Amino acid sequence: MKYLDEFRDPATAKKLVSAIASVTTQPWNIMEVCGGQTHSIIKYGIDQLLPEGINLIHGPGCPVCVTPLEYIDKALAIAQLQGVIFCSFGDMLRIPGSQCDLLGLKAQGADIRIVYSPLDALTLAQQNTNKQIVFFSVGFETTAPATALVAYQARQLQLNNISLLVCHVRVPPVIEALLDSPDNQVQGFLGAGHVCSIMGYREYLPLAEQFRSPIVITGFEPVDILLGLYRCIRQLEEGRFQVENAYSRVVKEQGNLPAQQLMESVFDITDRNWRGLGLIERGGLSLKDEYSNWNAELRFSVSDIYTQEPSECHSGEVLKGLIKPAQCPEFGGRCTPERPLGATMVSSEGACAAYYRYRRYDHV
Amino acid sequence: MCLAVPGQIISLSGDSDPLARTGRINFSGITREISLAYVPEARVNDYVIVHAGFAISVLDEEEAKAGLQAFKEFSESGNNLA
Repeated sequence: MKYLDEFRDPATAKKLVSAIASVTTQPWNIMEVCGGQTHSIIKYGIDQLLPEGINLIHGPGCPVCVTPLEYIDKALAIAQLQGVIFCSFGDMLRIPGSQCDLLGLKAQGADIRIVYSPLDALTLAQQNTNKQIVFFSVGFETTAPATALVAYQARQLQLNNISLLVCHVRVPPVIEALLDSPDNQVQGFLGAGHVCSIMGYREYLPLAEQFRSPIVITGFEPVDILLGLYRCIRQLEEGRFQVENAYSRVVKEQGNLPAQQLMESVFDITDRNWRGLGLIERGGLSLKDEYSNWNAELRFSVSDIYTQEPSECHSGEVLKGLIKPAQCPEFGGRCTPERPLGATMVSSEGACAAYYRYRRYDHV
Repeated sequence: MCLAVPGQIISLSGDSDPLARTGRINFSGITREISLAYVPEARVNDYVIVHAGFAISVLDEEEAKAGLQAFKEFSESGNNLA
């Protein structure tokens, strides 16, 4: 496939690996923010090709993983109601809630469907006018514009049988929270390329400056990730802390303006609990008041559901980079993709699931 | 979650409302109708990056070529990459 194969070319990757070795003189801790990057790194064994001392810390960029338990419980409460067709992305169906998961509820007869695009929920609403369609919308700034268009069109068309359970999250506030944390280990970042294709990268300039940490906007193929690492390590070695764009075929400095405009008209920035990390100020998006008619939390009166996170899952330490997945005492034992304790073992982008799938463990 | 893949636009469905514009996209032989609401500049034969049924960016072929050329020169000369 054009624009994929070239960026998976082993010869180019080898050259980049040797370039990284040639510029590295000391250990560095670098966080890849996005779960898609984590998946590529573990799948292709990129971390094992790096000089000793280059430690990749897997960041919290898996929206499924950071969706707080209370939102899963809200989803479960709505999905079991008569007359509701509940839909979301596939990964969301297996996240354990307090009592069960959405897939278990589906097995008991609830009408729960996996959709590829939020627009599919809009189609369902037009085809099933005697049903209430609820879309559970999670995701970073990459996905939020898709939800925004559904909300906008539902309002334009005055479709009253569709509503949205919105748990979108924003990347820059969590990077700031990680850098500002007293136990922060991260010295440089690979920025999430597709988030930046929407938002651009101006939001990261003050963060790089304030925390003296280079941020290199990076893509997802092996050659992209190696290039991002090379440019990040070079900055660290030279004592620079700038925002660089190593994914310029997709990301522009200003981002995608039409998408930003629609997001601003539909969403407010809000404080949001992140599973495993706690409250992140300005870390989420919620529907504006003029969209309250399409807010599933209000329509089904689930706003006051609050759930305590279980203590046996150590995903918070994994998401902060304090432990590797295989260092969790439950990894591969009580916690597997078939019987997960937490979301990082469920999502295809969760660090625990990637380690399990690609057999990055020796004690299990 | 932020998985997005490149595909080539093979046809456009014109709509007076730019937010309702769609296109048929070819992903290595598999085609799918995709929203072009956020890429009003996209034309037939352009490559777009697609996420959750939406094109989120028109792939900049000049930048892609320049990047690949930089790798090539780097391989030949052993010089630092930009």
